[in-house]
Amino acid sequence: MLAEKEIKNNFAKRIFAPAVPVILGYLPVGFAYGVLGVNAGISTLNTILMSLIVFAGSAQLMATAFFAQGLNPFSIILTTFIVNLRHLLMSASLSTHMKKWNKAEVAGFCYELTDETFAVHSMRFADGDKAAIPAISINVICQLSWVIGTILGTMTGNLIQDVKPFALDYALPAMFIALLILQIKNRKHIWVALTGGLISIFLWGAGITQWNVILATVVGATLGAILETSSKKNSDQNKSKEEGS
Amino acid sequence: MTDQQVLLTMIGMGLVTYIPRLLPAWFLRGKTLHPFIEAWLNYVPVAVLAALLLPSLLVADGQFNLQWSNLYLWAALPAGLVAWKTRSMFATILVGMALVAIIRLIL
Repeated sequence: MLAEKEIKNNFAKRIFAPAVPVILGYLPVGFAYGVLGVNAGISTLNTILMSLIVFAGSAQLMATAFFAQGLNPFSIILTTFIVNLRHLLMSASLSTHMKKWNKAEVAGFCYELTDETFAVHSMRFADGDKAAIPAISINVICQLSWVIGTILGTMTGNLIQDVKPFALDYALPAMFIALLILQIKNRKHIWVALTGGLISIFLWGAGITQWNVILATVVGATLGAILETSSKKNSDQNKSKEEGS
Repeated sequence: MTDQQVLLTMIGMGLVTYIPRLLPAWFLRGKTLHPFIEAWLNYVPVAVLAALLLPSLLVADGQFNLQWSNLYLWAALPAGLVAWKTRSMFATILVGMALVAIIRLIL
């Protein structure tokens, strides 16, 4: 009995709770994508399959417009590649926590690595919960909510489009606000966040709307690494000076 | 495009999405990295979250919007304060969504 209760607690605390904000955000956005997909002339089955095969919000929303315009497949695939290339950095960043995972776990986990699941896991892993199975379970739940949202959207067509009265469209921005602020632990983090955010918005304003996130991240993380290693060197030098004197 | 061509395009989209998601974790996991690279990777979350978040707050309908009408931006300030004070993701989301919903109701 006790064990059962513990497992339930475990599931609620370790898996369901971190997934809830993502679910709240994915259902309405998946829904909107479903509506747009069918309205763009993509078949219901293909619209749903895209949420299973690609599972990338912004790329899928862009693709519906591209399919509607009749853009050639090569351009659609290339644009998708560029838009989703930022996940390269997220995958690299999380890899430092996956030392004990086997190949199948890494392959399964990475299939569902999105901006949102990355944000959740970067927090969880840093807090010490690095087990593979809970992490993968969170991802599966998140993708499931994305697919369910899509299916509901394809069924309703353009009957209901407005999720705004419930402010569900603010679930994901609010989650990013929380996850960003919770990860700011010292002054270096503040500089990195300011640099990343400002460069991203500046590049966006300059018309670089597909590369802004990845470029801003590279500059921000480089600044952080320089600050980190130089402050370490300083303290090392101070230490050796103290030891020498 | 026929349904089959759309499906093939989507499979291509899926591949070019999955490969960058997979390869870094696949090859870097378990490797001992240079301390600078390791520090760099540890700063990626903060940098990328900020790089994703700021445009989503400042840009509305494809344009910069710093006016009062940009609810996303102004609701972010109290929501951010709640995150800072409570260290709770749920409280932050609740306050953010409630504010946006209430202001929309009033306006």
